[in-house]
Amino acid sequence: MKKSGIGTWVGFVLIMVWCLLPVAWIVSLSFKSLQETSTGSPQFLPKHATWDNYKVLLGMTADKSSSHDFLAALRNSFGISIIATFLAVIIATLAAYAIARLEFKGKRLVLSMALAIAMFPVVALVGPLFDMWRTFHLFNTWPGLIIPYMTFTLPLAIWTLSAFFREIPWEMEQAAQVDGATSWQAFRKVIVPLAAPGVFTAAILTFFFAWNEFVLSLSLTSTTASRTVPAQMSFFVGPDPFNPPYSQLATASVIVTVPVIVIVLLFQRKIVAGLTSGAVKG
Amino acid sequence: MSTTIATPAATQQPEKKVVFSDRLVAENRLGQRLVAPAVILMLLVTAYPMLQALYLSLFRYRLTDPSNKSFVGVGNYVTILGDSLFWKDTVNTVIIMVVTVAIELVIGFAFAMVMHRIIFARGLMRTSILIPYGIITVVSAFAWQFTFSINNGWVNSWFGWLPGISSTTNWYGDHWHAMFAIMVSEIWKTTPFMALLLLAGLSQISEDMVEASKVDGATASQRLFRVILPNMKAAIMVAVLFRGLDAFRIFDNIYVMTKGAQNTESSSFLTYRQSIEQFQLGMGSALSVLLFLTVLLLAYLIVKFFKVDLAQARGEG
Repeated sequence: MKKSGIGTWVGFVLIMVWCLLPVAWIVSLSFKSLQETSTGSPQFLPKHATWDNYKVLLGMTADKSSSHDFLAALRNSFGISIIATFLAVIIATLAAYAIARLEFKGKRLVLSMALAIAMFPVVALVGPLFDMWRTFHLFNTWPGLIIPYMTFTLPLAIWTLSAFFREIPWEMEQAAQVDGATSWQAFRKVIVPLAAPGVFTAAILTFFFAWNEFVLSLSLTSTTASRTVPAQMSFFVGPDPFNPPYSQLATASVIVTVPVIVIVLLFQRKIVAGLTSGAVKG
Repeated sequence: MSTTIATPAATQQPEKKVVFSDRLVAENRLGQRLVAPAVILMLLVTAYPMLQALYLSLFRYRLTDPSNKSFVGVGNYVTILGDSLFWKDTVNTVIIMVVTVAIELVIGFAFAMVMHRIIFARGLMRTSILIPYGIITVVSAFAWQFTFSINNGWVNSWFGWLPGISSTTNWYGDHWHAMFAIMVSEIWKTTPFMALLLLAGLSQISEDMVEASKVDGATASQRLFRVILPNMKAAIMVAVLFRGLDAFRIFDNIYVMTKGAQNTESSSFLTYRQSIEQFQLGMGSALSVLLFLTVLLLAYLIVKFFKVDLAQARGEG
């Protein structure tokens, strides 16, 4: 089976075109000038490539009006995603450790609850959450997004981590204790290094979720005080709704995609393992 | 410490359930304490709002006019189920779900086969395949919106020679063209994820079995349909379950590409519009409850469908 025939080569090229062509197209669009796209520019490459869109969006020009909202949203996206990831991973690690390692009443209940939430249509909650968040003064705040983002990524994080924790040879911890280590030392020196890659994978998947989330950000925010980039981009239409600033939108797209690409480039092996371990071994 | 040494590797022993020792009481309590934060959070942010939705769905309740909250019983549900827009949106959502998942299964399986066989550039392939998956859905929707635009897109200029497409085709001008554009954007983004799930299933099939069937004279299509696919049933079920429910929740693509124009609204879109844009929290909550019930029913049907199939496969084999 393991041979690369001509079919495999053709398949390889097709997959590369599939994955990269639309991305190359946004990158190319981001280098077209606003004038070029407003008059119509169906050719793939820009006529005169320009950095203007990047300069405008990143606030490097005198006119700060269009960069202000985008940079605020970018800041919100980073802050909210990182805090939500950090907290979700701590909570999920505790739960996954208990599920993989301990016997306790209600274990199956927790796992089925996580599964139910993973399938949950998030949009079904926006109405009641909108109402609740206004009552608790969480509407249009960072915690107002961090709390649901943590919750909705918990199932994936718990499943990934408990699948991972089950593979760890826990007897090594006891062996270290027999050799004279205290239980804390045994845990820190033996288990933590083994568990770290799994925790890290769960963190990447959680970050992806928070970075990507749209409908809650759209519903539970009202200003750039907490609105994240995906929602902000949908407000980014410009003065003429029939002629949106295509090239600036493409530039914003490229800027928010860069962190994702960097993470993918660095950790592709772990991400694939994490995505499939929960589903297949689950 | 003495307890750990006295009962080494006791965590895997089934008999400890019989003897309910102090250690097990402690383990039980520790386990429950460790999962407590996760459970509390999940109950607070999903279970409670869902009950709230169930309650609100029985009222006529507009956020802009909260004093005018009046009990209507199942009135909202009656209104919704009698409304043709609700059914149109449900049909749209089901079409999007069935078409995209079916196409993704076929293309995703082809991708998985290629990835399984390839012996060069594995890292490059794995990185590339994660890019559509990792990209923000809103960004991917924008990219495809530009792609299908009349004056700026490459679909019309590259594929204008195909029957039914010209350089002036307006993809957002009618229902089916717009639905097509939405489904393309959905399929592009999620096929790689499908491929990864199927690849995981594919790599669990033993090479020996495939080789043995080859030696026994099975043709390529026999190997595919009689050996490889039946052995991937679990992986395919997981993929269909996850992607099917995911596709049923479609929202971002539609919001960005058409905002629901040309009758392209999905069930999620209708729920969002009622609750958030029109402040009809009572009606929106009723839609939320219906959406939730539909997803539950779908999950049940998908699992049941595959289970029946599995039993049949076992009976025949």
